[in-house]
Amino acid sequence: MIGGSARRVEDPVLLRGRGRFAADSTVSGQLHLRVVRAGVAHGLLRGIDTTAALAVPGVAAVWTAVDVADLPPIDFRLTALDEQRPYRQPVLARTRVRYVGEPVAVVLASSEYVAEDAAELVEVDIDPLPAVLDGSGDVVPWLTAEEASWGAQREIAMGLGSESAEIRLEYGDVAAAFAAAHRVVEVDVTIGRHSGVPLECRGVSARVDPSTGVLVVDGAAKVPFWNRDAIARMIGWNPRDVHLREGHVGGGFGPRGELYPEDVLVPLAAVRLGRPVRWIADRQEDLVSTNHSRDQRHVLRAAVDETGVVTALDGQFWTDQGAYVRTHSATVSSLTASMLPGPYRVASYRVSGRIRMTNKTPAGTYRSPGRYEGTFARERLMDQIANELGLDRLEVRRRNFIPVEEMPYQRPIQAMGTELIYDSGDYALLMDKLEERFELARLRADVQRRRAAGECVGIGYGWFVEKSGLGPYEGAEVEVDTTGAVTVTTGTSSVGQGVDTVLTQVVADVLDVDLDRVRAVRGQTDRFGYGRGAFATRQSVMAGSAVLKAAEAVRVKALTVAAEHFEISPDDLEVVQGGIQVVGNADARISLGEVAALLEPQHANRLGLTPGLLAEEWFHCDHMTYPYGVHVSVVRIDRETGGPTVERYLVGYDVGKALNPTLVEGQITGGVAQGLGGALLEEFRYDEAGQPQASTFMDYLMPTMHEMPPVDVLVTEDAPSPLNPLGIKGAGEGGVTAAAACIASAIDDALQSPGFVTRTPVRPDLIRAHLATTGTHH
Amino acid sequence: MTSPTVPLRLFVNGDRHEIQVEPRKTLADALREDCGLTGTHLGCEHGVCGACTILVDGKPARACLMFAVQCEGMSIRTVEGLAPDDETLHPLQQAFWDNHGLQCGFCTPGFLMLAAGVLEENPEPTEEELVEALSSNLCRCTGYQNILKATQCAAEAMRE
Ligand code: FES
Ligand code: FES
Repeated sequence: MIGGSARRVEDPVLLRGRGRFAADSTVSGQLHLRVVRAGVAHGLLRGIDTTAALAVPGVAAVWTAVDVADLPPIDFRLTALDEQRPYRQPVLARTRVRYVGEPVAVVLASSEYVAEDAAELVEVDIDPLPAVLDGSGDVVPWLTAEEASWGAQREIAMGLGSESAEIRLEYGDVAAAFAAAHRVVEVDVTIGRHSGVPLECRGVSARVDPSTGVLVVDGAAKVPFWNRDAIARMIGWNPRDVHLREGHVGGGFGPRGELYPEDVLVPLAAVRLGRPVRWIADRQEDLVSTNHSRDQRHVLRAAVDETGVVTALDGQFWTDQGAYVRTHSATVSSLTASMLPGPYRVASYRVSGRIRMTNKTPAGTYRSPGRYEGTFARERLMDQIANELGLDRLEVRRRNFIPVEEMPYQRPIQAMGTELIYDSGDYALLMDKLEERFELARLRADVQRRRAAGECVGIGYGWFVEKSGLGPYEGAEVEVDTTGAVTVTTGTSSVGQGVDTVLTQVVADVLDVDLDRVRAVRGQTDRFGYGRGAFATRQSVMAGSAVLKAAEAVRVKALTVAAEHFEISPDDLEVVQGGIQVVGNADARISLGEVAALLEPQHANRLGLTPGLLAEEWFHCDHMTYPYGVHVSVVRIDRETGGPTVERYLVGYDVGKALNPTLVEGQITGGVAQGLGGALLEEFRYDEAGQPQASTFMDYLMPTMHEMPPVDVLVTEDAPSPLNPLGIKGAGEGGVTAAAACIASAIDDALQSPGFVTRTPVRPDLIRAHLATTGTHH
Repeated sequence: MTSPTVPLRLFVNGDRHEIQVEPRKTLADALREDCGLTGTHLGCEHGVCGACTILVDGKPARACLMFAVQCEGMSIRTVEGLAPDDETLHPLQQAFWDNHGLQCGFCTPGFLMLAAGVLEENPEPTEEELVEALSSNLCRCTGYQNILKATQCAAEAMRE
């Protein structure tokens, strides 16, 4: 079953509309929270008048910053840089608002409609200030000493500027390589601001169970264990008395599930007001409040020799962080920096990444964080090298690949606090296989013929290395009851990827039971001790390995008991269809349920075993795995409108070992859609006053079925990871990573204008303007 | 500021629901809150995403764009009424399951109802017609490929 394309165990419930998403549960007597948000991008908060709102019948409370003055800022979860602490976000704006959509007050009322009406009566008096909107311009004053001290929660003597951190990495001798270079090739490219935008808006409900005093919080996702601890810390409770529950989650992609102001305000209100409280975002507030992402400008220079080999890479990039540094701290920029060289050897490397504050919605991670951006920039550079040296685009890449003989390959830098060691990979082999499987030679000839016939059509490529399986641990408990039904409990989360199916498959495989005999429990902080969460494409790798170990331990225990029962050596027993039988004698058989019954406490005690047919196991890993792949696309451009159409999309991706190939392909195809959206359609734009121009689905354009080309995926298993027992590398992000790079490459090719695409999204008006200036407009 | 409520009779999936709603309450909210049918999802409340798609008198409609009071006496179908019983799935549900046509499942009820409406009207759509019709709903997870495939498989199964 491991490696089989089982149908998902999650689906029947969802198909019948019986899912439990954040907005699907209500309890009587609950209050509805509505957030009053800043309407200007930057300004000093003069005062907030709540009188009129409080007078509305049904309004229970209206809070501003003074009511939550005892709450610290929201802390970092990953890649915490101390110098970024002053830039953390308060749950309600204190002295100044810094982006349109920033929470300044909350209204709690008896119905959603009343809360909304009352929120409109809250009068917020703001002295507007000019908005800072350029993430790569001059550093400007950003925090006063008082604001900095509050954000850092320690005394800071002076105000701070808009550069919250700089990431620097270096190895080799960059200066010498540039001095000796045959040629220096440079690009200056920008990847636009867009994000995950799950289809379900955020939402959270909380209540204190009066019989136990436990604060129960629903609507958690991605990292419930971390959020439980953070909420408990912020409101001064014991983690023991706070319970987070993850129900169904309508997509994650990075932003969903991080700790936002509302995730603290709702539980706090439930505690203080002694009533259940619920908040469900509407789409408009979701688009201005949930983490944005991407938005990096890269200036990259490569020193190359006459054969096109990059001897040194010297990069500078700027990340437009938005108004605060949220839970991810420097994660995105630090990943950009460490993953920028990608699949290429790059003998010497130096990079500086500056994280800049602007008056926009704060940014965080989005599927393939830092790599989508860095891959776009680096692959633009590789195309440019090919162009300047008159080489084939793929040939340049092949010449720079880390060869299979050098695997595992250590780059002498760090990624997410771990040594950066590419665990395995054969890049050239994947390229060969892709060429063959999808007959790329024919595809190229076809494109060329069409272009010769006057069509504006091109082919593009993007190569990348991903990372997955970030440790350091994950645990699992597998338990068989007396009927033989199995429960696998983990600290994982599901944001819709099918993790239940994958973990169920592993258990079913080891115990030889049907999938429907296994139930997966996850995302419940009172059911398991620890869980690191659903990010960084880590769950199949980490939890999958832990579940494998736990299921194997259960199997061993069952064999021990059965051996005792039959008075025979365990070596003469086998596990067959949910039972244990004597090899070669199916009549001498005991079911797993019967074994479980033999392990009731008294009997187990006599056997000298711990009660129950269950086992808890942990998997630890200090290094990440590095899957890799290539995207190929064919893009046609309409000469009249400048509109690009992606006609065909091919992905080759090596995941070491696919636990469920159908799900892997599903992840990749879904990723391609998001990557295509970022390349051509999606952008959070702002006007010069800092007003968001994309706060509805009318303006924030996501791909529909219409924009999606047929996607063909070649999943290979040529480079299993040596780091885990299954050999797997995560599959969650590789569909998105090279999409912008690859589509840009195809557009350049279609226009026969190398280097044309320097920013995403590549809007039709930009292409049309280019067609007009180059006179290729017929 | 709470406006007075009015009595309303909704026919949903063959059941009669006698409810009291404010005139400004949307059909989606009435279905979810007053009829307890939370399978109809809200992704934008703006008529764009299609997560709230239901069938009103057999035609696909956005439940977020209609007021509940507009639907007095009309026949409404939601995802909860799609399967004939607890053991059997509707051919569309079955095909979505078989073809991995969903990931998070948030868009799924909307797509199922949209597809049901489309196929009931035109049991043999061309691929182009289907893409055209299904492009009115958004999915953020699947990349659509399997949704299209599933709908085509279901169309075939439904013709048999
Ligand atoms: S919720 Fe009705 S169309 Fe989006
Ligand atoms: S399956 Fe998640 S939005 Fe469609």
